[in-house]
Amino acid sequence: MKHTISVLVENKPGVLARISGLFSARGFNIDSLAVGETEDPTVSRMTIVVDAKDERVLEQIVKQLRKLIDTISVVDLTKKEFIHRELVLIKVNFNKDNKTKLISLIRKYEAELIDTKENIAIIEICSESEKVKEFLEQLKVFGIKELMRTGRVAMAI
Amino acid sequence: MKLTGARILVESLIKEGVEVMFGYPGGAVLPIFDVLYDSPIRFILTRHEQGAAHAADGYARATGKVGVCIATSGPGATNLTTGIANAYMDSVPIVAITGQVKTFLIGNDAFQEADVTGITRPITKYNYLVRDIKDLARIVREAFHIASTGRPGPVLIDLPVDIQLQETEFIWPEEINIRGYKPTYYGHPGQIKKAAKAIGEAKRPILYIGGGVIISGAHREIRELAEKLRIPVTSTLMGLGGFPGTHELFLGMLGMHGTVYANLGIQNSDLIIAVGARFDDRVTGKLEAFAPHAKIIHIDIDPASISKNVKVDIPIVGDAKNVLGQLLEEIGKVPNTEEWLNQINEWKKKNPLRYKDDGKLKPQYVVEQIYEVTKGEAIITTEVGQNQMWAAQWYKFDKPRRFISSGGLGTMGFGFPAAIGAKVGCPEKIVFDIAGDGSIQMNIQELATCVCNRINVKVAILNNGYLGMVRQWQELFYKKRYSHTCLSNPDFVKLAESYGAVGIRVTKKEEVRPAIEKAISIDNTVFIDFQIDPEENVFPMVPAGEAIDRMIGGMA
Repeated sequence: MKHTISVLVENKPGVLARISGLFSARGFNIDSLAVGETEDPTVSRMTIVVDAKDERVLEQIVKQLRKLIDTISVVDLTKKEFIHRELVLIKVNFNKDNKTKLISLIRKYEAELIDTKENIAIIEICSESEKVKEFLEQLKVFGIKELMRTGRVAMAI
Repeated sequence: MKLTGARILVESLIKEGVEVMFGYPGGAVLPIFDVLYDSPIRFILTRHEQGAAHAADGYARATGKVGVCIATSGPGATNLTTGIANAYMDSVPIVAITGQVKTFLIGNDAFQEADVTGITRPITKYNYLVRDIKDLARIVREAFHIASTGRPGPVLIDLPVDIQLQETEFIWPEEINIRGYKPTYYGHPGQIKKAAKAIGEAKRPILYIGGGVIISGAHREIRELAEKLRIPVTSTLMGLGGFPGTHELFLGMLGMHGTVYANLGIQNSDLIIAVGARFDDRVTGKLEAFAPHAKIIHIDIDPASISKNVKVDIPIVGDAKNVLGQLLEEIGKVPNTEEWLNQINEWKKKNPLRYKDDGKLKPQYVVEQIYEVTKGEAIITTEVGQNQMWAAQWYKFDKPRRFISSGGLGTMGFGFPAAIGAKVGCPEKIVFDIAGDGSIQMNIQELATCVCNRINVKVAILNNGYLGMVRQWQELFYKKRYSHTCLSNPDFVKLAESYGAVGIRVTKKEEVRPAIEKAISIDNTVFIDFQIDPEENVFPMVPAGEAIDRMIGGMA
């Protein structure tokens, strides 16, 4: 099952390597990882989406994260009420034949057309994972040339 | 007054109470060695950095203090890594200091550069690359704090040579505040109550103790609990000495080379009280078949060790000594274990540890004689393999910090430098390294360290001309195809002599005791080359992946 774990860490060199090293050394799977400074510049927040095959693996992931000296707190958001977003940039084929269809799709999903150049459109969507997934599914027929995603960021309510 | 980084480092070590360091000089630590030249810290020059790391480890295990080792950048640092990994697996507090190339050269593939903090990240409890001289004193203070508290472990400080030469005010931080590091020392009262209740209701309880008992100094509390409630005690390799080896309630070691009665005890118990142990695969054997009827109480300072391998019913996070103290206060109902103890004694009588005394020179006999001659008072270090298991099975440890062995990592070449560290820390003790002919050659260069520094350790080489444990597996599981396990060895007597130490050769049973007595009486390092029965095996044995009551060689 997928879990969204929010980790507060010291904002200093090597911390990301400690976290990613822990996951690889212990064979835990990371689906996505997003890192950024918080309102306190000495602290970073990582949002990690993990795929844990059972409760015991999840418990180990949380405990091992807590054990790191540079970890300040670890919360499994999946066990709470939380919101989450992901930002995705997509390059798709763009021409006068598909223009109307594409724009209506963008409107429907509250995405945004960022730029168009020659036969390429760059689209941005910032939404929940499910919606993003649906949108990408719909875009496939246009021919996705390139795709870039930030990974999930999340916040408890 | 302004001091150089090198001097700040050494002053900080003195503030931390460091009396001795083990290490090896080199280009990137020259400023530090210049300060060490006339510092009050005793410096032991080893002949290989790995020896320095193991010596610091042996010193820490024997004394309970933090061991310190130092090496230069690049190869000096990478040579320390086996010793660091070893200390990490066995939760030993050491601080390793490495020189690093100049700050502005880092990342440049400079001469003798290695990404040491990167390399040691997964094998240290924490590590530091010092980037600013102003952080140095604080880093040293934190390093010792992190190494020695909670679940102890190695901490590495990588110190670029230009920072060693810069100057700043030396300000020793009295306070430490690491917001992400707050170990739990006392057990949760609710959990203590639950544990006390479970113990009161148990019919077949067993105490399973590990290295955490020794680290926390909980041996008295374990004994009180066992005696008060009449609960039998089994120990991991790391826990030996945490409960008296000669005690009637002691079952010896459990697991792969444990006693039959310890393993039967675990498998038939209805309550396991695990203290400072981590349910390692060498202990549990086949996980699904481990202790099928038992409820498990697990006391450990490291929450991540709890329910990692085996699902625990009553977890208690805290320091073993404190938690056992809490538990002793809480216990109301005392279980009636007489029937259970009778059963265990029956198993004990039927399946004692044994070996065939056929007139050949047996390694078990050698260990027994070392035990008798030293009256159980020696510090025993071991290498890894058969020698280690025979030492664990046949020497009885009544007190903690007397058995020093590489448990988690299983590092051949550990025992000899660890013996040096132990002897430096406890000069009044007899220190024996029980070694194999394979392992001893992995750090044999430390003979020079012993002789030059007059560190008298005794090395009992159980010489069978094989990498014995691997050969044993080949015999049992690979159709006796002894692939690259037969050794051609040097003359260990002459080798010892060439270093200025003493060598004794023993080929017959009747020579064993006199040789041990002679070795102890000699004021020098002594190698005793015991030429033992070459194909003697360590039994009992649980084959890898089997349940621990499926033992071969030892069940009646």
